[in-house]
Amino acid sequence: MSRPRIATVWLDGCSGCHMSFLDLDERLLDIFERADLVYSPIVDVKEFPEDVDVCLVEGAVSSEEDLHRIRMVRERSKTIVAFGDCAVTSNVPGMRNPIGVPPLLDRAYRENVSLNPQVPTQVVPRLLPTSQPVHRFVDVDVFLPGCPPHADLIHTLLDDLLAGRVPDVSGSRFGR
Amino acid sequence: MTTVYTLTIDGRDVAGSEGQTVMEVAEENGIAIPGLCHLEGVHDRGACRLCMVEIAGSPKLAAACMTTIAEGMEVTAHSEQLLEYRRAVTEMMFMERNHVCAVCVANNHCELQDTAAALGLTHFDLPRISPKVDIDASHRLFAIDHNRCILCLRCVRVCDEIEGAHTWDIMHRGLETRVQTDMGIPWGESTTCTSCGKCVQVCPTGALFEKGRPVAGGSKTKRPFLPWLKVVQEERGL
Ligand code: SF4
Ligand code: SF4
Ligand code: SF4
Ligand code: FES
Repeated sequence: MSRPRIATVWLDGCSGCHMSFLDLDERLLDIFERADLVYSPIVDVKEFPEDVDVCLVEGAVSSEEDLHRIRMVRERSKTIVAFGDCAVTSNVPGMRNPIGVPPLLDRAYRENVSLNPQVPTQVVPRLLPTSQPVHRFVDVDVFLPGCPPHADLIHTLLDDLLAGRVPDVSGSRFGR
Repeated sequence: MTTVYTLTIDGRDVAGSEGQTVMEVAEENGIAIPGLCHLEGVHDRGACRLCMVEIAGSPKLAAACMTTIAEGMEVTAHSEQLLEYRRAVTEMMFMERNHVCAVCVANNHCELQDTAAALGLTHFDLPRISPKVDIDASHRLFAIDHNRCILCLRCVRVCDEIEGAHTWDIMHRGLETRVQTDMGIPWGESTTCTSCGKCVQVCPTGALFEKGRPVAGGSKTKRPFLPWLKVVQEERGL
């Protein structure tokens, strides 16, 4: 059997879940004895590859770019893990939902700006009307709540998935 | 003389006195029934519906905190079906308002969070409503963030029954239901509030909090002070 291929993606989140992933410390060596990290903000690969076995998705889906990426991730991955509260509930990115995009952008780019106030329209992706959890757009196989999920939980999850077990997420909870 | 009834909860033989609720008898016997509005020391209100149990011979579910025991009653407090209902009820509490645990004063000290974890609720299938909800920070010491209120009405009952101020009440209906201070005026302008802080202490979530507390800094008292206050009240004939 070929080595399992793990990927991680970072949508609208603060990277805290990835920091918690790095907090696996030496356990990362154990995981990547058994699997390859084929795509991640922490490896230098530009294109999300085909045939990914497990993809951890940090962050909510907030922009057209996020939506494009999560659909591609879904097509190319066997198992998607909604990784952390932003991916699971939309959490902090979702705090803008009751406000709406135009007043939000006005507040950020016009009202509080003295020099050349303007809403950026080039290069940055357009925001979706609301920020939503990953499973609003694509099927999610495993939910791992937590802000961020503790490294021990991430380790158990990856260990279980690599061993072909149903992952045990019983110690997880929102927040913390 | 009080009449003692015997009954079963989840197949266990238990006993209680006439007038006790299923919830009380379960608690006394170490059987945990989830509930977010029940609070020892104030009257039960049946507001949260988490404590729903099955009673043999009855076609409907019953709130354990509102149901008094009877001789021979057979109560099922835990089953797969009840777990599903409790998850659904908890999910609705989250979705009705805007809960962002990461930035909440009650993070890690929250009974709603604890309940979700205990029920194994890892995500929500219902879509977010994301309502625009107010915060009232007009009180000198305390604030209410309605984004986190689950309408358990503990604040209403403690303020009325223990403090005797009856500052809190409820207004509107359905999704618009809100707890209010003094007929809907800002809390800081209330002429009935004594600033005792009891409502803040009993609030199960981060809705009521002391000003100046940081994120996750809203630890509330773990000691059950209400039954004690109740005894004092009774002894003084208040
Ligand atoms: S009240 Fe509880 S569940 Fe709601 S945001 Fe605060 S910690 Fe989370
Ligand atoms: S501080 Fe005391 S008096 Fe004021 S609303 Fe809360 S319980 Fe009532
Ligand atoms: S403010 Fe707190 S105590 Fe009052 S109803 Fe809401 S959740 Fe319950
Ligand atoms: S504890 Fe019984 S309805 Fe809330």
